Amino acid sequence: MSHASSPMRTGSALHIALSWLLRNHIWVFLALTVLVFSLASPYFLTLNNMGNLLTQGAFIGILAIGMTLVMIDGEIDLSVGAILALASALAIGLQDHMGVWPAVILGLLSGAALGFVNGTLVALSGMHSFVVTLGGLIGIRGLVFVYSGENALMVQDFSYTEIPEVYLGPVSLTAMIFLALALFFQWVLSSTRHGRETYAVGDNIEAAHDSGINVKRHKIINFTLCGTLAAVCGILLSMRLGTAEPNAGKIWELWTIIAVVLGGTRLQGGYGSLWMTIGGVLTLAVLRNGLRLLNTPNYVELMVMGAVLVLALALDKLLNHREGS
Amino acid sequence: MDISLSGLLRRHGLIVAFLVFLAGVALNADAFLTAGNILDVLRQVSITGMMALGVTFVVLTGRLDLSVGSLLTLLTVIVVDQHNSAGPFAAIVMTLGAGLAIGAFNGILVGFIGLNALIVTLAMLSFLQGLVLFYSGGSNVNIANAQDTWFAVFGRGDFLGIPVPVILFLLGALVAGLVLQFTTLGRRIYGVGGNETASIFSGIDARWTVFWTYVISGFTTGVAAIIMGSRVMGAQNTIGQGYELTVLAGVILGGTSLLGGSGSVWRTVLGISMLGFIQNGLLLLGFAYYVQWLVTWAVIIIAVWIDLGAKRGRIFA
Repeated sequence: MSHASSPMRTGSALHIALSWLLRNHIWVFLALTVLVFSLASPYFLTLNNMGNLLTQGAFIGILAIGMTLVMIDGEIDLSVGAILALASALAIGLQDHMGVWPAVILGLLSGAALGFVNGTLVALSGMHSFVVTLGGLIGIRGLVFVYSGENALMVQDFSYTEIPEVYLGPVSLTAMIFLALALFFQWVLSSTRHGRETYAVGDNIEAAHDSGINVKRHKIINFTLCGTLAAVCGILLSMRLGTAEPNAGKIWELWTIIAVVLGGTRLQGGYGSLWMTIGGVLTLAVLRNGLRLLNTPNYVELMVMGAVLVLALALDKLLNHREGS
Repeated sequence: MDISLSGLLRRHGLIVAFLVFLAGVALNADAFLTAGNILDVLRQVSITGMMALGVTFVVLTGRLDLSVGSLLTLLTVIVVDQHNSAGPFAAIVMTLGAGLAIGAFNGILVGFIGLNALIVTLAMLSFLQGLVLFYSGGSNVNIANAQDTWFAVFGRGDFLGIPVPVILFLLGALVAGLVLQFTTLGRRIYGVGGNETASIFSGIDARWTVFWTYVISGFTTGVAAIIMGSRVMGAQNTIGQGYELTVLAGVILGGTSLLGGSGSVWRTVLGISMLGFIQNGLLLLGFAYYVQWLVTWAVIIIAVWIDLGAKRGRIFA
C-alpha cells in the first residue's frame, strides 16, 4: 500500500516539505493563482471577497468530499447533481406540510437512501459504478420532476433563507460546514479503520478482500456517505436560494469530478486525500471568482477550466513518472 | 446448443424484454406500431444514434468520450452560421473538418500522451462550451433562407418515403459495422480493448488505434451536427448539452462493455433505438415526459446486470 499517509523515508525537513509539495502540487498552483489575481485586481484579496469565495466554493466542495471517498475506492458517482436537486426539492416542498426541520431531515434521508441504492447495486451486481450512477443521474432527475412537476418550488416562510446567514468574521455558515466536513472526513481517511480500508480497497480490491475486509459493505457505506453529502449540499443550496428548481445541480457532478481530479486524487483509486480535494475546490473557486472580478466573459472561464484540467493531469503524469523511475 | 427458454433469455434477454415491451405498448396504443410512428422514432434517434456510432468505437477500446455533447453544440453553431456566410457546401466541409480536428486533438491527448480519457474529454466538454460562447457571442443563430436551401434535405428531407436522417444513420451504422468487422483497424480496436498489453506485444500500435477512434467520434458528431442544424434550421448555445450521457446510455444499454473489447455497432443501434421507443411508447400511453427517465434508469440497470450475470454465470457478484 502506498498512499498519502504512509511514512516516508527519514530525511531533512526540507526533503519532507519538498516531497509533500510534490504530492500536493495543487497548493503551489493555488498560491500562484491567488498571487496573480491579487496583483491583477484590487478587489480580489479582500476579507470580504475571500469569504464570498469560500461560500461559492463550498457547494461543489461538499459534493467533492463524498466524491473523494468514492474515488479513492476506485469508483465514481455521477448522480450527485440529481440527488442534490431531489433533496432541495423535498426540503422546500415538504416544509409547508410538516415543518422545516422534519422536511430537511427527510431531504437528507433521501440522499442517504439513494446513495445506499447506488452502493448496493454496485456491490451486488458487480457493475461498474459509472454505469450504475449514470442510470441514477437520469432516473433521479426523473424523480425530481415527478415530485415537483416541472415547477420551481418556492419557500413560503422566508426565515428559512436566514438559517445559513451566520458569519464568523467573513466566513459563512455554509463555508464552515464545508471546512468542518472536509476536516472530519480527512480524519476518517487518515486515522480510522474505515479510512485505511478505503485506500486498501481502491489500491487492490482482491488483496483487500483476501485480508478480511468486507469490500461490499465498505463500498455501500462510502456511496451512502456520498449521497448524504450531496443532500447536505442540496439543502444548503435551497436555503441560500429560497427556491428549488428541478434542474438545479445539472452537470455539477462534472464540476465536482474536475475539482477532485484537479486536487490530485486519482480516478484509478487507492490514492488521494481531502487536503488535495480542498486544494482543488479552492483552486476552482479562485479561478471562477478571479476571472469574474477581472470582468472576463463567461467563455474564458470555461476555456481556462478545460486547459487547467488537462495541464493538471499532464503534470500529475509527469511527476508520477519521475517518482516511479 | 441450448434452445431452452432460459438459454434464450440468457443470450438474448435484452431483445426478448424489448419485444415484450413493444407488444405491451402496441396492445394499449394503436398508433404505436405503425410505419409512420416507427419512422418518427427513428428520425428522433438519428442524431444521438449517429453520435453513438463514433462513441462505440471509442468505448470498444475501453475509453470514453464525454466531449461529444459540447462538440455537437459547437459544430451545429458552426454549420448554421457558416451556412449564412459561406454557403451550405462550405459550411458542411468546415463542420466535418472541425469535428475531425477536435477528435484528433482528443486522440493525441488520450492516445499519444496517455492521459485519462474521462478527464481529457471532460476538460474538452468545458473548453468547447467556452468556444461555443466565444464563437456565437452568446446569441442564437438561425439559417436566414430556411425555406429555399438544399441544406434542408439532411434533417427534413424524404427519400422513397424514408426520412433522410434515418437513411444517413442506417448507412452510417452499416459502414461502421463493416469497418469494425472487416478491416485491420476494426480488429485492432477489439484487440486494444480486449487486452491492451497483449495487443501491443503482438505488434499493434495502440496509440494510433486509439487516436483513430477519437477521429471517427469527431466525424460522426460532425454528421450529427449537420442533421441537427438542418432539422432545427438554427442553433442555441446549449443545444447539445447532456447529449454525451444519452449517447453513452444508449451504447451501454446495447451491451457494449465500458471495459472495452466487447460490443458492436448493431448493439448500439439497438440500444439507442430502445431509448427512442421507450420514450415514444410511454408518451403514447399518456405518461408525463419525464417518466421515461425513471424507466430508462431501471432498464439500464436491469439490462447491464443481466448481461453481466450471463457472462459471469451467476447473478450476484
